[in-house]
Amino acid sequence: MIGVVKYNAGNIGSLVNALDRLGVDSKLTDDPDELRSAEKVIFPGVGEASSAMRYLKERTLDQVIKSLNQPFLGICLGMQLMCEYSEENSTECLGIFDEAVKRFPVGEIVPHMGWNNFISHSGVLFEGISAVDCMYFVHSYFVEVGPDSIATTDYVLPFSSGLKRENFFGVQFHPEKSGDVGQKLLENFLKIK
Amino acid sequence: MTLKKRIIPCLDIKDGQTVKGVNFVDIQKAGDPLELAKRYVKEGADELVFLDITATVEGRKTFTELVKRISKEINIPFTVGGGIGTVDDARNLLRAGADKVSINSAAVKNPQLIREISTEFGSQFLVVAIDAGLVDNEWKVFVKGGRESTELDVLKWAKKAEKLGAGEILLTSMQHDGTKDGFAIELTRQLTDQLSIPVIASGGAGAKAHFSDVFKQTNATGALAASVFHFGEIAIPELKSYLKSEQLEVRI
Repeated sequence: MIGVVKYNAGNIGSLVNALDRLGVDSKLTDDPDELRSAEKVIFPGVGEASSAMRYLKERTLDQVIKSLNQPFLGICLGMQLMCEYSEENSTECLGIFDEAVKRFPVGEIVPHMGWNNFISHSGVLFEGISAVDCMYFVHSYFVEVGPDSIATTDYVLPFSSGLKRENFFGVQFHPEKSGDVGQKLLENFLKIK
Repeated sequence: MTLKKRIIPCLDIKDGQTVKGVNFVDIQKAGDPLELAKRYVKEGADELVFLDITATVEGRKTFTELVKRISKEINIPFTVGGGIGTVDDARNLLRAGADKVSINSAAVKNPQLIREISTEFGSQFLVVAIDAGLVDNEWKVFVKGGRESTELDVLKWAKKAEKLGAGEILLTSMQHDGTKDGFAIELTRQLTDQLSIPVIASGGAGAKAHFSDVFKQTNATGALAASVFHFGEIAIPELKSYLKSEQLEVRI
């Protein structure tokens, strides 16, 4: 069973639909025990960082997430929350990744909304996915490039479109909304032992 | 290697069926929005817009059911619009699986609706659609499906919508819509020069060159069209190859 972290973020249903299309059994839950016993965990999300962190802390989900040992994938805001700190309302985040979350410079078109590809990408998550393949992005804040980056993308500046540390993965784009290529990435994640 | 220009087909829906005629011979049920949507996804559409033009309560329910079916089967982002007047309307569509909602007349009538929806669900969820028409040579905002003019200046309204929390502007020139003479380049450029949220150009597409014109001469990040796609006058794969040959960044 794939656990999908339930919290106050928008359109989590799209991810569940995407997992359904792959024929995968998933459960939307904020129950710590269910998340701990899930085979893999996905942490989706669109929304605002500080209210999301507050929600997670109130339910001790911040501690639960950090303690998980199974393959874990954060998507969009989910990935940003896995970082140390976000400039979005000066939010202390989970600190799984060391990289900081920053706002795109003033004067640029924000959000970065639409399809974009990779400057670099590597590892099991991106197997069978080429650098010219596009993913769908929607975000106003970005994760800087750092030691945990496994994929980078260019919009105004190069930023982390993928992160990895131990069992924790994060992607800035929405694989559940990125057509067949996005589906491929989800399949790759589901294959990780 | 950067953000790609988006090509966005728009489907008008009434009582759960596509309104404008569609002449795709290989689609059995051309009136079924989902069948048509799937075809566009396969052809490489970057996003889809579904506009509900139903006026009845029953039709609304049918539309919400359709949105659920779409979100189960379509794996690219889609926007839904038409008749959204309250935060609850937006919430129902979010729950049904819409990635974005687009509001038009209701926002003009009550600009705070923009703030309310974007605060509740995030700016990325909200598209403010503007129907622009020329009145005494000035671009004014029109409402009620373009039937009624207002005193609002298009550029000022777009800036206000951005300030209130709109995540994106869908700009339709009624002067150009249906003419197939090309997009409203000047007006679109004015908006893209002065706003810092994405602007989608709409109205007037009749040839592949019109798309490259609007992308080269303005900073529009997407272009929307309906009939040229529905009637097969422009095929999306050909359009994208053409734009690529014109040195524009597209997703192929």
